[in-house]
Amino acid sequence: MTPDTAPPARPAAPAGAARARHAVAALGRATFLALVAGFFALPLLWLAAAPFDAHPTITTSMPEFTHRNFQALLDNPYVLSSLGNSVLQAGASAALVVVLAALAAYALSRVRVPGRDALLYVLLLLSSVVTGTAAMVPIFELATRLNLIDTHLGVVLTLSGGLLPAAIFILKDFMDGTPTSYEESARVFGASPLQILWHIVVPVVRPGLATIAVWSVASVWGSFLTPFILLRDPGKAPGAVILYTLYTEGGSPRLDLISTFSLLYSLPVVLMYVFVSRRYGFRFHGGIKR
Amino acid sequence: MISLRGLTKEFPGGVRAVDALDLDIAAGEFFALLGPSGCGKTTLLRTVAGLETATSGRVVIGSADVTALPPGRRDVAMVFQDYALFPHMDVTGNIAYPLRIKKVGRAEREAKAAGTAARLGLAELLARRPGQLSGGQQQRVALARAIACHPAAFLFDEPLSNLDARMRLEARTFLKRLQRELAVTTVFVTHDQGEALAMADRIAVMSAGRIRQVGTPAEVFQRPADTFVASFIGSTPMNLLPGVVEDGTARVAGAALPAPASLPEGAQIVYGLRPEYMDLSPTAREDAFPGRVSVVENLGTSFLVTLENDDQQFQAVVPEDAEPSPGTPMWAVPRHSRALFYRDGLLVGA
Repeated sequence: MTPDTAPPARPAAPAGAARARHAVAALGRATFLALVAGFFALPLLWLAAAPFDAHPTITTSMPEFTHRNFQALLDNPYVLSSLGNSVLQAGASAALVVVLAALAAYALSRVRVPGRDALLYVLLLLSSVVTGTAAMVPIFELATRLNLIDTHLGVVLTLSGGLLPAAIFILKDFMDGTPTSYEESARVFGASPLQILWHIVVPVVRPGLATIAVWSVASVWGSFLTPFILLRDPGKAPGAVILYTLYTEGGSPRLDLISTFSLLYSLPVVLMYVFVSRRYGFRFHGGIKR
Repeated sequence: MISLRGLTKEFPGGVRAVDALDLDIAAGEFFALLGPSGCGKTTLLRTVAGLETATSGRVVIGSADVTALPPGRRDVAMVFQDYALFPHMDVTGNIAYPLRIKKVGRAEREAKAAGTAARLGLAELLARRPGQLSGGQQQRVALARAIACHPAAFLFDEPLSNLDARMRLEARTFLKRLQRELAVTTVFVTHDQGEALAMADRIAVMSAGRIRQVGTPAEVFQRPADTFVASFIGSTPMNLLPGVVEDGTARVAGAALPAPASLPEGAQIVYGLRPEYMDLSPTAREDAFPGRVSVVENLGTSFLVTLENDDQQFQAVVPEDAEPSPGTPMWAVPRHSRALFYRDGLLVGA
């Protein structure tokens, strides 16, 4: 529909028809996009409205405004501590994943290891098994023997183990993208390997590290099965597990508590995304045009 | 000064990038390692820096044998082809980095960095990141960083190749003046013979891991030791024509030329002459190459004329306004004092 391809001798009537067709197409596109947006927005609207509704249902509606739900939620002794547990487990896992993945990715990127790529792919493949349902029995068995049942450490180690391969895989790409001349330059000036890592490599791949940290926190924050199986004491359970307990004795969901807790539970992750994106921007600042 | 003795670097897979190489570089000298890509010149420089470990042989810098020392303890500074400026540090941080490694206090190293930067005309740019600098400015920051750590020797890996043509000329002059002022032994790698001739005090021409000739730019340009150096040095390639010695004269491409007395009767030779030392004559001469003008190239103030004769080709550089038109028969007259004779690829003493 570019002007230079349209023959100039065309009469006016077909041009008007084309304009009409164009308008109909635009209308159709907008309608479709609105439907898609609405489909994805509705659950979020529910999350925003239901916690303040005196009688929440599973449908979204204008709330009869109240803040009683929050009061009721805070009466549950495990709610606040579970959010603390989530922060502890997610933070510790993210720290462990970032440190170990950075070291492993740096080594894998810089040292020629025979079969390196195959190793990475196999690890990546197996990582979904480690924290997946299939491996739960052996992991439970292993945690029992290592006295890690009902400890934060057990949850952190298991979840980190599941996240590490993908984290190494992603970070290795960031490391590969860093010219080795940076490190060689520092080496000639006498920097030790740790100094090179700390002064040069870490700052240069910082967006990658931030990405991995955010992704680890979000993954651990949302994981349910591992902490549900490995932890016995509800005082150590993270938010995802406590959310599962917000049912009446008859087994029907307490939508008032669930919606309120869901809101509280999702806020930290949203804030983290906003903060990290502002602070690090998830982008590179390369030094050299290449 | 830098001495290399029997230096060999063999990569896994058996590639000998540097092959039993001996070389002495004098203190304060501006020394060029020149050769085509893949000749081992960069590997040699990296072996001197310690970024590659020598397979055998020794590297001596100053009076110390540094063959077994890590790069940081060799007291050299290297400027990389891509400058390797740290993108997350500003200009001050980059220049001061070697001092930071040496545990110099922040105030002192920043003062030193500012001083070095001012000397290289970077005073206005101290707070910028490398990404905000032009290629020439980045190069000067890399130089400043090398200077700031006061090394015993500078190693430059293709320092000008990332600059555009005009900047390269400016940087060449700048670099040469800077080296003269600092009087620090400097080794630089280049594949550009013009750069090597213009900047270096001495040049080593390399090919396949070996040094083919070491000498001043004048020596290397005027008396290339073998046909490889002869064909590599010079902005227009040297005429290299096969011939044979008969009755004390060299018979080359239809011309009878005076041959050095040291050449025996019947010797197969290669006659070398730079196009700049070849004149054109419209009339036949015994000691000139007959041919027909095939290509005329404008070089600005002169013209490069290619003549053909059967399967032979030779070139002459003629002044502007004296260029013949293609197709004209011409005789290329060599200046005999500039002629070089090669036998088995090696220069024969005149």
